[in-house]
Amino acid sequence: MPLNTKSNIAGADEFYAELIKWHDGLSDEESAAFNARLILLLANHIGDRTVLSEALQIAGGSD
Amino acid sequence: MLLDDHEGIGQGSRAICFAKRSLEIANRYGCAGPMLDKGVVWNVGKVFHEDRQIYEFNLLPEEGHRFPAFINLAQPYFEKFLVERVREAQAQGAPIELRGKNRLEGIEVKEDHTVLTVATPEGNYDILADWLIAADGAGSPMRGMMGLDFEGRVFQDSFLIADIRMLSENFPTERWFWFEPSHKAGASTLLHKQPDDIWRVDFQIGWDVDRAEELKEVNVRKRLDAMLGPDVEYEIVWTSIYTFQCRRMKQFRHGRVIFVGDSAHQVSPFGARGANSGMQDVDNLGWKLGMVIRGEAPDKLLDSYDEERAAAADENILNSTRATDFITPKSRISHVFRNAVLALSETHAFARPLVNSGRLSVPCIYDGLSLTGEDALTGGPEQTRPGSPCPDAPLGDGFLLSALDHGFTLLTVDANDAADVSEGGIVARHLSIEKGDDPSGALARRYLGEATSAVYLIRPDQHVIARWDTYDEIAIRAALRCACAKE
Repeated sequence: MPLNTKSNIAGADEFYAELIKWHDGLSDEESAAFNARLILLLANHIGDRTVLSEALQIAGGSD
Repeated sequence: MLLDDHEGIGQGSRAICFAKRSLEIANRYGCAGPMLDKGVVWNVGKVFHEDRQIYEFNLLPEEGHRFPAFINLAQPYFEKFLVERVREAQAQGAPIELRGKNRLEGIEVKEDHTVLTVATPEGNYDILADWLIAADGAGSPMRGMMGLDFEGRVFQDSFLIADIRMLSENFPTERWFWFEPSHKAGASTLLHKQPDDIWRVDFQIGWDVDRAEELKEVNVRKRLDAMLGPDVEYEIVWTSIYTFQCRRMKQFRHGRVIFVGDSAHQVSPFGARGANSGMQDVDNLGWKLGMVIRGEAPDKLLDSYDEERAAAADENILNSTRATDFITPKSRISHVFRNAVLALSETHAFARPLVNSGRLSVPCIYDGLSLTGEDALTGGPEQTRPGSPCPDAPLGDGFLLSALDHGFTLLTVDANDAADVSEGGIVARHLSIEKGDDPSGALARRYLGEATSAVYLIRPDQHVIARWDTYDEIAIRAALRCACAKE
């Protein structure tokens, strides 16, 4: 399975807190736009089309 | 001398989780045995969301420690074992006095002492104290009398807490945490076991609540029945409602008045960082105050108590705030992310480390602080770097931590030519061990790492001051002076 679904982030709590902090003070629409930009950035970094499709499937609940 | 406005073991403070480090400290004072005998050890935890279990974990304790990662034990028991040890020490002539029903009425702070006015049923009297340690809890009357700050974040939520005795058998020794349970007993609920078939239940019930109404037995039972189901029989032993803050004093030391535990810093209960950090505070303060009183170290050694324990308080507040924010998300998007983590964690391992219902209390590492010395051990393990609390390891028939001196220790592992080091009247006793003294390899993993030999200088509270590859007397003397605030 090319998509890594094992734990891969050192300092998970710190990352999570930073992620949530970026949303502080944003409206729902601004938060959604933030998330869209973030997803596009990360998707570009990943690049691999198979991996991206697999992630999309899991996020869509068809795992 | 300990002044207590009540008489006997306190019943109001109800911490129930004591971590390894607290047991190791208690063991040095000779009272960890009964705590361990009475305490409950659990390893299996279950996490639920809405109507279902999303995953289960097993803590799989690390081998080669005398004590488990933590025990569940009600605080009144913990205090009882401490007091019994004090009574034993008193019988052997230790100059300790416990004065019950002595309530502090006033403090007058002088440059080199404080004058305390104490109320008793027989009337008031004054005490002149060289040193005063304020261990009077989150609501600290002493802090109030001195007009000192206590700032931080108030969380707008209340928790209904109930200790219940299970009458039904076969209830498992596991920790259960529900996020948004469909049984609606609370916005989150937590269940875990204490000794004597007592279970602790926490229901998150929101901010605007009618406390008297919520605490009625019929209403508490409604929540419990919703959570436990109709077939579980229990009796209610104790209930309370609490709210909490994450805040601390700017300074823990005010001349000859020193604040410890909840009076100095308050955290949310998630992660058991209240009582455990209080134990670390007094352990940190004890040896320093002893040296200052005996004239072995300058007064400014006590400033390092403030420096080190303030760093620890910040770390504890950070961890407990993160847990609280995960359990009770503060915005809509935070709630969306939280539930996305929970949903993914049901099938995908990567999401589980993000689930935060409280991170277990671990002691702070005093990286780069004033008393901490150099790290000159090439390839030494991270976990024993200067500033770290010494991890235990098997040693011969016993354990390493019990072999360390009550004062300073110079611990050598497979190193030659070492001896006791004496500097300005302070002695670091040499303890020589070989990695072969622990065939399990835990000792070598924790103290040597990639190195073939190691020399550790260790404080009375068993934190590492500095470490080297080989014995270097000049460097050791300098580190010892620094650890006594003499540099």
